[in-house]
Amino acid sequence: MSFKNSIVWLYFSSPKNFYPLAGKLIPWFTWLTVSLMVVGLYIAFFQAPPVLSDQKEYYVIIFIHVPAAWMSMFIYIIMSMYAFIGLVWNVKMSEMMATALAPTGAMFTFLALWTGALWGRPSWGAYWVWDARLTSELILLFLYIGFMSLQSAIDDPRRAARASGLLAIVGVINIPIIYFSVKWWNTLHQGFSVQPAQTQQLMDPAIKWGMLILAIAFWMYTIAVVLYRVRSIILERERQTSWVQELVGGKA
Amino acid sequence: MSEIAEFFYFSGYAWYVWGSYGVTAAFMVIEVIVVIKGRKSMLQRLARMARLNKNDNE
Repeated sequence: MSFKNSIVWLYFSSPKNFYPLAGKLIPWFTWLTVSLMVVGLYIAFFQAPPVLSDQKEYYVIIFIHVPAAWMSMFIYIIMSMYAFIGLVWNVKMSEMMATALAPTGAMFTFLALWTGALWGRPSWGAYWVWDARLTSELILLFLYIGFMSLQSAIDDPRRAARASGLLAIVGVINIPIIYFSVKWWNTLHQGFSVQPAQTQQLMDPAIKWGMLILAIAFWMYTIAVVLYRVRSIILERERQTSWVQELVGGKA
Repeated sequence: MSEIAEFFYFSGYAWYVWGSYGVTAAFMVIEVIVVIKGRKSMLQRLARMARLNKNDNE
């Protein structure tokens, strides 16, 4: 990394400097979310073929199920990376980002399970089965809930961040288990949806693009919501500093 | 059946399809409302605290 870049990173690792930057970025990510969602949903409902091989019309759930499941795992990885940076280098801003990511990650995990249940019922005949993919995704939901409850149980924010950060890092082991579960075990859940080699040619491009665009839309949504949430977290944790005092004092 | 009704009927899979999309949309909208409200109440709380501090100092 060049010198100039590392200066930029250092600059924005200060909550005081990150707060206004986040505020400026939120509208951009909001617009990206809305426009990508419109395009993605249009492809899902009007461009993609009505049925997918043996899957009947209900397969349209794929367009939110797969992106939600991707986000549930992706957010967890990002969250534990922030937790790790916070733990090792004592970067406060990093701890706050991990805290801000958890609720949205938990939401996407729940949505992956929910949409999966509603897809499983017509295609397998059951809302829930204890197969490796479903079970490990459920554990992911518990990890998010554990992370959040641990944080709210400890009053001191530094100690809360350290304890929950450790939990997040240990829990990363679950991510490859979820991802490869369909390969390692005999699961009722179908295999990889998007695979580099052969499958990709078999899959209709409209399905692939719809899924991809909605995944990016969910991603942009996550960034917008997390930046919004982290601003509140910054205000709370930095409430004793002069810049927050000035900011809220001016509004009173 | 009209085209619109047919679209919502979804060949009889309406509950599965709209149950998925509806709950997803609801959660995302609710989360946005929650973070906006959270920020508002945080700002109010901090402003109140700032006012109290000011009064103490006077």
